[in-house]
Amino acid sequence: MVLIEVLGSGCANCQRLEVLAREAVAKLGLEAEVEHVTDIKEIMARGVMATPGLAINGKVVLTGRVPAAAEVASIIAGAVKG
Amino acid sequence: MFFGHNTSANDDMVTQPVACPAAPGDQIAARRFPLPLWASLVAAALIWIVAYATLQPLADAITYDLLRLSLDSHLGSAVNFFLYDTPKVLLLLTGIVFLMGIIRTFFSPESTRRLLGGRREGVGNVAAAGLGIVTPFCSCSAVPLFIGFVEAGVPLGVTFSFLISAPMVNEVAIVLLFGLFGWKTAALYVGLGLGIAIIAGWVIGRLRMERFVEPFVYEIAVGQLDATESLTWSDRAARGIQAERDIVGRVWPFVVVGIAVGAAIHGYVPEDAMASLMGKGAWWSVPAAVLLGVPMYSNAAGILPVIEALIDKGAALGTALAFMMAVVALSFPEMIILRRVLRWQLIAVFIGVVASGIVLVGFVFNLVF
Repeated sequence: MVLIEVLGSGCANCQRLEVLAREAVAKLGLEAEVEHVTDIKEIMARGVMATPGLAINGKVVLTGRVPAAAEVASIIAGAVKG
Repeated sequence: MFFGHNTSANDDMVTQPVACPAAPGDQIAARRFPLPLWASLVAAALIWIVAYATLQPLADAITYDLLRLSLDSHLGSAVNFFLYDTPKVLLLLTGIVFLMGIIRTFFSPESTRRLLGGRREGVGNVAAAGLGIVTPFCSCSAVPLFIGFVEAGVPLGVTFSFLISAPMVNEVAIVLLFGLFGWKTAALYVGLGLGIAIIAGWVIGRLRMERFVEPFVYEIAVGQLDATESLTWSDRAARGIQAERDIVGRVWPFVVVGIAVGAAIHGYVPEDAMASLMGKGAWWSVPAAVLLGVPMYSNAAGILPVIEALIDKGAALGTALAFMMAVVALSFPEMIILRRVLRWQLIAVFIGVVASGIVLVGFVFNLVF
């Protein structure tokens, strides 16, 4: 089970990244849970200063931008492989 | 980015069902360039230069030969203006946004925070205003950025210099000023914008406003990002292209509509119509323009072409630019966002100091031009 967290205030870009992450999970056929973390204390604790951020299994892999769908998928695939 | 705000289209996407066929892994590989990177870039640059050089002849040919409009007619001058200025501004925008997209890959909020942490006021304000131009920033993440800066020991006034300069001195405003008014106006705008950010930030620092920051800000434990990205040039170029999609993709309709309105004003509004209302003689027009601009929320792309046309009809440049700065630098949505970390007293001081700076700049512009 992979835990994918979108770190963001609920802004438009954050919503978009969540959609892309869900799409990527479906595309890759992963068994994953996608969560949206909006608590600013939690976001800061991860060291994320630019939203949206993306964390996979607790590790922040992306901050401050919404990449194209293909890149989101390759980031997730890469992080899951380790 | 100052115009990066919610659109209902994005919200709709959330409810969209996710249905994607499973794809083989190699199709998901990051974007590849068909040619070697340098060859693609040289080709793109050549096409850009040729297109830029043919703008005026093409606009003339369409207006006067193809549409057979007269050179002196209202319609002729409006159509010619539109056909020349729209592609020109869009071409400039495409070029600069790509370059800025690449430059921004060399900066991040984390590296900027490291550069500013523990720096003294004064030098710190100057550095923060400069870094505000090149650091990727979206007003939607103003809160985490603010907390991150303050927690890292960046002085409050220095943080404000960054928060003022980042939305005000941006590539879209610079491109439009350059395209519509020339390089001198664009350079003066950048210089004065930085000046406002530096001085307003310094003043806020001197006022010792720390007690008006919400106390929870100082209690948050800020973590460290462990990974720093290592990017290839091909990654950076891809970021540049992404910036095109994000910025040009969003602002082009504003540019087109703005220039169309501007063209209509050029063709149909009588000369000097704006002189009494927004001319140099009416000193009160600068503060009035700022008062009007602060609660307004729009972007430079839509407003500047209209302003350019008004100036042509006798409005003073300083008045018009003060209006634009007020619209762009002080936005209502950003204040709402910042209210989560700042008490209203500090927000009021922030608006007051920046608005006074803009009024001053308006007067300076009117004196110089």
